[in-house]
Amino acid sequence: MAYTEEELKKELETQEYEYGFYTDIESDTFPKGLNEDIVRAISKKKNEPEWMTDWRLDAFRIWEKMEEPEWANVNYEKPDFQAISYYSAPKKADPNKSLDDVDPDLLEMYRKLGISVDEQKKLQNVAVDIVVDSVSVATTFKETLAEKGIIFMPISEAIQEHPELVKKYMGTIVPKTDNFYAALNSAVFTDGSFCYIPKGVKCPMELSTYFRINEGGTGQFERTLVIADEESYVSYLEGCTAPSRDENQLHAAVVELIALDDAEIKYSTVQNWYPGNSEGKGGVYNFVTKRGLCEKNAKISWTQVETGSAVTWKYPSCILKGDNSIGEFYSIAVTNNYQQADTGTKMVHLGKNTRSTIISKGISAGKSQNSYRGLVQINSRAENARNFSQCDSLLMGNECGAHTFPYIEAKNKTAQIEHEATTSKIGEDQIFYCNQRGIDTEKAIALIVNGFSKEVLNKLPMEFAVEAQKLLEISLEGSVG
Amino acid sequence: MLKINNLHAQVEDKEILKGINLEVKAGEVHAIMGPNGAGKSTLASVIAGKEEFEVTKGDVVLDGENLEEDSPEERAHKGVFLSFQYPVEIPGVSVTNFVKTAINESRKARGEEDMPAKDMLKLIREKSDLLEIDRKFLSRSLNEGFSGGEKKRNEIFQMAMLEPKLAILDETDSGLDIDALRIVANGVNKLKSKDNAVIVITHYQRLLDYIVPDYVHVLHNGKIVKSGTKELALELEEKGYDWLKNETIES
Repeated sequence: MAYTEEELKKELETQEYEYGFYTDIESDTFPKGLNEDIVRAISKKKNEPEWMTDWRLDAFRIWEKMEEPEWANVNYEKPDFQAISYYSAPKKADPNKSLDDVDPDLLEMYRKLGISVDEQKKLQNVAVDIVVDSVSVATTFKETLAEKGIIFMPISEAIQEHPELVKKYMGTIVPKTDNFYAALNSAVFTDGSFCYIPKGVKCPMELSTYFRINEGGTGQFERTLVIADEESYVSYLEGCTAPSRDENQLHAAVVELIALDDAEIKYSTVQNWYPGNSEGKGGVYNFVTKRGLCEKNAKISWTQVETGSAVTWKYPSCILKGDNSIGEFYSIAVTNNYQQADTGTKMVHLGKNTRSTIISKGISAGKSQNSYRGLVQINSRAENARNFSQCDSLLMGNECGAHTFPYIEAKNKTAQIEHEATTSKIGEDQIFYCNQRGIDTEKAIALIVNGFSKEVLNKLPMEFAVEAQKLLEISLEGSVG
Repeated sequence: MLKINNLHAQVEDKEILKGINLEVKAGEVHAIMGPNGAGKSTLASVIAGKEEFEVTKGDVVLDGENLEEDSPEERAHKGVFLSFQYPVEIPGVSVTNFVKTAINESRKARGEEDMPAKDMLKLIREKSDLLEIDRKFLSRSLNEGFSGGEKKRNEIFQMAMLEPKLAILDETDSGLDIDALRIVANGVNKLKSKDNAVIVITHYQRLLDYIVPDYVHVLHNGKIVKSGTKELALELEEKGYDWLKNETIES
């Protein structure tokens, strides 16, 4: 019997989210709601110094006066911020213990996630920090890294052990006042990763953080701070999953990158938060602020593969402050069923001879809406700034949407800005051609989409590229029409 | 090998094939000729299983098996290959990657393991030499920016790699200059064996100078109106299709 599109559609709709399991681990969860006492309690739970508590409280007061933004091309029921628990920790987690002491249930969960926290990773040269709900539960290779003077640890530990660095940089790239979610994160962030690469050091392995929301009714607010000192280099990866739940869970992260003179940071994300079911019920609200600062001759490269979340609102950006600095943004955003994504980047050119590249690949299927929103800003003193942007959209079926909102502000006449955009559809002719060569429809779609996304997939570290390709196959297959 | 019995097919209520009978044995080359709109490409698509066409009567039988229920990919796994008149572009997917996927999907359908990379490489080398294909060409995106000749040569390369039982060449000569035509035809001739069969669909006699058919059939208005040997093709070239059209009306 011929495999029809209808059947494919059905199969995909009923296909379950692979990471939708929930691990029953006893956890320590705060009552729902948000007020100054909760903020104080989080800070106390983390044994934070007073300056940190005050910083949080200041952020909370700012947040209280702010309005949730409405300008993104997404529609969703606004989260009730009083119905969320702002702290949840697996009870048995203790970041100071070795892996042998880790709860076997937790280890089982890592196994299901496909993360090996053991020596296997060493072969692959990946050091991992894993954040479940609100706390960081295992950081591998701390010692190996320490030999080079590299600091890689949960941010809660960094606040204790390296307060001078945290104090100096946190909130400098994404200030508390930046936006609604950044302010919220600044008040209630519970964990995340901290990374410092000393002057002249090339980090010998990929640093990786795996985020997981496990507990129901909680939000995840992690904060990541990466500092690459002069002439250093680091490649950083993050991955995210969450259990399938009927409710919408909130994830509001802040990531700040600082690349000092001649430094380079490569930051890759594979985001696969639970997208909700085929009727659009449940799923994670992913409202994230990511930004990096480049000093002289520095380079920051963002690569993201976004396949999950019910609603995504995310614009990893570069402030090209130093002369000759470089910003890059490579993105694949996939939406299926009722997912909505409004994502892109901001490239702010301040220094002379600054360059930026934007490659965005949006893939929409089902009844989803996928928007690219980007800003290229050339300031008056940015002589000879250059930007190249390419935004490609691929549509599957007749019920989804692809939108492009490019903003360009050039205040210097020497600027060179190029923007290219294409929109295409997977055609029945392409599918039939593949079928005729013995490739079934599902595989054909995966092949076509992988081809479409190749320029971005190529930018991912090898190990992640394979995972990302698999993810694309699982999540992006949609209807063809 | 292939038996087509009283095949009727339509698209959106318009009948295009109106009772085709054709038998192709292993080792044979058949040419199907006919004017535009006769139903030549439709016949090729129906044999390959394109769902746009509805078979209303009759059947297509390959090696004694009725293909009616088979999807296009299942037919491909059974050894049906169609060289497209207008091959599609798939940006970002290299010729090599595409062919590799196709071969391994067919193997998977037969319950075999993926072809080892070493063997695949060897096969690619062998077949690209056979068709005088520059290997740089194989890393380009499938059909993207290919010239007419490159597209057709790529089709024959895929055919060489997949080693089908039944190859249908749909207007493979269109858009080819004389040198490309010779290379493509040489390729097809070298791939011919006593175990496979080729159906050449063409508008002109030109290709048949290079790929010599055992039988020639003339398709007109959804039916085979005349069959003969290669001399029939020459006669058609000389007299045009009107001669046959008139003859059909008279009969």
